[in-house]
Amino acid sequence: MVTTTSRTRPAAGAGRPLSPGSIVQSALVALFVVFMVVFILGPLLWLGVRAFAGTWTFPNLLPDDWTLRWWQVVISDHALGVAVQNSLFFAPLTVLVSAIICLPAAYAFARFDFPGRRFFLISLFATNAFPKMGLFVTLAALFYALNLMNSVLGILVVHVLGTVVFMTWIPAAAFSAVPRNLEEAARDAGASKLRVFASVTLPMALPGIIVAAVMSFLASFDEAQGTYLVGAPDFMTMPTQMYSLVLNYPTQVAAVFSILLAIPSVALMLAAHKHILGGQLAEGFQIK
Amino acid sequence: MTIHEPLTEQPASTTGPGAEAGGGLNIRGLHKILGGRTIIDNLDLAVNEGELVSLLGPSGCGKTTTLRMIAGFLEPDSGSIEVEGQEVSHLGAENRPSAMVFQNYALWPHMTVARNIGFPLKLRKMSKVEIKDRVEAVLELVSLLHHKDSKPARISGGEQQRVALARALVQEPKLLLLDEPLSNLDAKLRVKVREDIRKIQQELGITTVIVTHDQEEAMSMSDRIAVMNAGRIEQYSTPAALYARPETEFVATFIGSMNRVEGSLNNGLITAGPDILGIRPEDVILHDVPFDGAIPATVERVVPRGHFQEVYLHRPDARLRSFVTGEFMEPGQQTFAEIRKAMTFRDGRLVAEAGAAR
Ligand SMILES: Nc1ncnc2c1ncn2[C@@H]1O[C@H](COP(=O)(O)OP(=O)(O)OP(=O)(O)O)[C@@H](O)[C@H]1O
Ligand SMILES: [Mg+2]
Repeated sequence: MVTTTSRTRPAAGAGRPLSPGSIVQSALVALFVVFMVVFILGPLLWLGVRAFAGTWTFPNLLPDDWTLRWWQVVISDHALGVAVQNSLFFAPLTVLVSAIICLPAAYAFARFDFPGRRFFLISLFATNAFPKMGLFVTLAALFYALNLMNSVLGILVVHVLGTVVFMTWIPAAAFSAVPRNLEEAARDAGASKLRVFASVTLPMALPGIIVAAVMSFLASFDEAQGTYLVGAPDFMTMPTQMYSLVLNYPTQVAAVFSILLAIPSVALMLAAHKHILGGQLAEGFQIK
Repeated sequence: MTIHEPLTEQPASTTGPGAEAGGGLNIRGLHKILGGRTIIDNLDLAVNEGELVSLLGPSGCGKTTTLRMIAGFLEPDSGSIEVEGQEVSHLGAENRPSAMVFQNYALWPHMTVARNIGFPLKLRKMSKVEIKDRVEAVLELVSLLHHKDSKPARISGGEQQRVALARALVQEPKLLLLDEPLSNLDAKLRVKVREDIRKIQQELGITTVIVTHDQEEAMSMSDRIAVMNAGRIEQYSTPAALYARPETEFVATFIGSMNRVEGSLNNGLITAGPDILGIRPEDVILHDVPFDGAIPATVERVVPRGHFQEVYLHRPDARLRSFVTGEFMEPGQQTFAEIRKAMTFRDGRLVAEAGAAR
């Protein structure tokens, strides 16, 4: 408010001292910008520059020379290539498996009232409330017994576990937000229950499901602790490979690798953002 | 126009004994208990083919519940529902020959207007060309062809209402059900749309049941009105008969306006008694000068109602309301009030209808 009024003042008033309120506000905005630049944009920029840096001596603002060598290292390194492949294998598979398991549960949570419904919903949160490492250590014991250590299935279980909360809660909210009389109208028009779900309930809940899928994809893509515990050294994904990279290679390689790691996430977020904000959710269609 | 032809061939109807009582819709002994309370109490209703019937009643009397049982969204505890002689109560909503227009229209927001209307036809495995033809024909009927490719969110409330109607009509139902179809529209539009609905209904000759709690709406659209109260039908007759000869005190109070006075009418004067008198305000006639059967009265309050005034009167025997057209009345003004007609109710039922000695 304060800034708006001061901005709309005629230019003649520009020389006048600012009111204390607007000074505080400007200071806060400046602080916020500085914070964003130093802690978020700064490291990202540094990372971007680092990935193309040859030598970079300390006080200089920019590297002494530029090179694509580190990209070459990463792309030609067999282990890293395998890690990329593994990540791109596990993340979509995790989303798929998680969706198959969780979406029917989400629908049940949204549409049916059964004994223990609340308990299940809350306990889903509880799995994310505990420190992950504790869970994984217990899980490891179980995995040894079931012979799931160092197996694709074992890693998949770990990844799916990390997505259950997203894949259940968000779609459950989306399903229950579908007005019942829209489903009834479809039945009245002659649609079977399955057809009602496919033609009305699912499309209307889709934005929520997409959000859940994106979050699950990212969760799986970034999962490191459990994957390391269950999969290393046979199955290395991009995040687990990061650990050994940071220890064994020059920092430039880690920078290149982080950028590669970020590409799918950023791309996915942009795509989903467009779809969700451009879809019917943003149309403000009010249904009682 | 292909609207008249039934979509699916129905098996030859086994006409039951009571079927001719209501060729379009015949409900017998409908009963429903919800949450431990009897919501629909042994309800009978017969609607002739091509007739438009309103279910009219106060909030919570069970209108929607009845309509949802007819449509198949709610299972009755007992009773039978026949549509054109065919028992439907065992069928799911998707297999009934009825189509419903929902109160808030229930249009699918992710489909265009044309796809909303085409959806029931798609389910009937019609060809794309035929769907397109029928959708366009029905859109023309409700004058919305220009909104064919709009999303429901982009059109006005009145247009959404007509899309919902079109989606029901395109199914060429044997029975059209509407649940308070006009309640989300403003007063002006409501009058226009109800006339549109009535016109289309008569053109197509569809048996129609409309739920409403607006008596004016029911009176102006319906062939017959079923006045509901507490899960029962109090009276089922034409709008005119309902107003002129209400069978119960409830109907008399609910339909139109009524002075309710305890006592009985003797020579134009109300005397103490156990009965209830129902006097329509337009049957209270005011005279400037003494008049045979008129009793001196004082004007207490005047409420302008547009083309008439509602005048609150104080007579020695009772307080009465009168509808007056013509010159303006003033509070405090002296006048002479005559009761031209009164209905007498005993135990809630009409026992006599008396005109004053004239
Ligand atoms: N599922 C239910 N469980 C318990 N009671 C119910 C249920 N559905 C409806 N009722 C009750 O049944 C009564 C009739 O409801 P209904 O919706 O048919 O009323 P209505 O005549 O359509 O009223 P309105 O004009 O307000 O829409 C109400 O008292 C309502 O509370
Ligand atoms: Mg209702």
